[in-house]
Amino acid sequence: MAIVSLKKLTKRYGSMEIVHGIDLDVADREFIALVGPSGCGKSTTLRMIAGLEEISGGTIEIGGRIVNDLPPRSRNISMVFQSYALYPHMTVRENLGFSLKIAGAPKEEMDRRVAEASAILGLDALLERRPSQLSGGQRQRVAMGRAIVRDPDVFLFDEPLSNLDAKLRTQMRTEIKKLHAKVKSTVIYVTHDQVEAMTLADRIVIMRDGYIEQVGTPDEVFQRPATRFVAGFIGSPPMNLQEATVDDGKVVFAGGQSLPLPARFKAKVDAGDKVVFGLRPDDLYPAGHGLHSGDAADVHEIELPVTVTEPLGNETLVFAEFDRRDWVSRMLNPRPLKAGDRVAMHFDLSQAHLFSAETGKSLRS
Amino acid sequence: MDANASARLKRSAATIAHRIGLFLAMLLICLPGIWIVLSSLRPTVEILAKPPVWIPQQVSLDAYIAMFSGVGKGGIPVLDYFRNSLIISITSTVIAIAIGMAGGYAFARYRFRGKSAMFLGLMLTRTVPGIALSLPLFFVYARLDIIDTHFGLILAYVALNVPFTIWLIDGFFRQVPKDLAEAAQIDGCTRWQAFWQVEFPLAGPGIASAGIFAFLTSWNEFALASQLTRSINSKTLPVGLLDYTAEFTIDWRGMCALAVVMIIPALILTFIVQKHLVGGLTSGAVKG
Repeated sequence: MAIVSLKKLTKRYGSMEIVHGIDLDVADREFIALVGPSGCGKSTTLRMIAGLEEISGGTIEIGGRIVNDLPPRSRNISMVFQSYALYPHMTVRENLGFSLKIAGAPKEEMDRRVAEASAILGLDALLERRPSQLSGGQRQRVAMGRAIVRDPDVFLFDEPLSNLDAKLRTQMRTEIKKLHAKVKSTVIYVTHDQVEAMTLADRIVIMRDGYIEQVGTPDEVFQRPATRFVAGFIGSPPMNLQEATVDDGKVVFAGGQSLPLPARFKAKVDAGDKVVFGLRPDDLYPAGHGLHSGDAADVHEIELPVTVTEPLGNETLVFAEFDRRDWVSRMLNPRPLKAGDRVAMHFDLSQAHLFSAETGKSLRS
Repeated sequence: MDANASARLKRSAATIAHRIGLFLAMLLICLPGIWIVLSSLRPTVEILAKPPVWIPQQVSLDAYIAMFSGVGKGGIPVLDYFRNSLIISITSTVIAIAIGMAGGYAFARYRFRGKSAMFLGLMLTRTVPGIALSLPLFFVYARLDIIDTHFGLILAYVALNVPFTIWLIDGFFRQVPKDLAEAAQIDGCTRWQAFWQVEFPLAGPGIASAGIFAFLTSWNEFALASQLTRSINSKTLPVGLLDYTAEFTIDWRGMCALAVVMIIPALILTFIVQKHLVGGLTSGAVKG
């Protein structure tokens, strides 16, 4: 049972504050992903939870116990590093059993627990090898095995998949998810890859510049991004975002083009407000190739010139110029299109987002 | 002849040329050593002959027998010198490695005030030629009354070796990824255990090579030892070579024989440690 609770957690290097008093509660057995661009403080936060980095302020609680000044070994956590950090001078078996050896566990127990972990991860054939004789995916599995053997309260993952190639990454992602279902521990997972975060996590914490931008389920952060940053960060290809001014039931873009103001924002904005208009590629599509049939009243059609197409087989990303800028749209059941074609684009305004240009906060309440 | 055959011929010709070149280079490097061994086995007449006699005509072990047969019979106290050399070299190496490990680790892992200045300072001490220090050192040692003692020479050699061992070991600890020590700490180690269980074994080959270097420096050092030693209390083998010079004569054969006696332990040690060195380096060469 391990609830992890961060309260006003702060990290300073000299006068530079890296993490600005963040609050976060992680439920028992929850899989939580910390995601954000590099330098957002997510790894530092993880390292503070692990005890590898001293904290400058606030408290960290693991399983109801304040661990602020405890060394890593007393926190009952385990961590999987980006570099795997396998001990090169030990065999896979010794790597897996190292924590038990240090703890002075009897030989039988050590063998049993190593065997269990190796069975879960399919490492049986590799036990006598050294890390240098393993492939990237195998090393990754050994690193996870070493974490499992400890039977910790909390698993910490620090970008564990970023050293793997794309195919292996997808495969290991699935394995991590299965593993979590099996071991049922609390997991805190740091990644810069929003797809990893979306696919793995129960809840996602999006960080930027040492602040938490939003905490929510994958669905929440995708459907209801709290800030402009989250809107641009989550989703692939990213949301189309364009600065605009509200004017008489319309949003007017810098280039002079305009769209009707979506109905549900009418009460939230006044004429003259500076806003950022956002529309996901899924909600912008060539007529007849969309995801939603859409409420006819909220679908707005404009004929636009195509600039680039990226066929992906089952769908094609169509870049079309609107208001002197390329907007990306997702065409399902694609038909052949080429640059220069003019197509009728549907803007599904029922799915549009508006953010305050000043604060970046979503205007939907 | 087709292109493939001529290419093959060219390649084997290049290989042969390569080998001949290597042989000549090795010959050049080994010649002084061979010459010393040869000279220790033949009479002075042959050693000093002009033009040189390349193939020894009269070979005997007289010089070695004389060396060990005690003072008065043409011998020198070689066993005492050997013991002194061994005690001084091993002790100073062990101390220099211990300090070098502590210092190298600190430089590799910790951030502290004045770190780069200290490192530079250590390196600067290497730029001072040891011989320039011998006179001041002699005066200081005379005042402290530690001339002609093991302690005095050990102290001098530790000081000589420490900057180098710190520098070398620092480099090897830098190659051990920081993540490993952190992983070990998460796995339940204290900082101290993490060092001995993980970082030390991985830097081991580097530490061993620093050890060889420190040992050979102490074993072969002559300039300081000749100033700071007097008698069989502390004279080392290199200084012992001087015993073969008299007022008007130099016993080249005896000197060469002693040189061979000096070289052998160093050679053996290097061979033993080198095996571990190579083995260690390959098993350690893993991307963290």
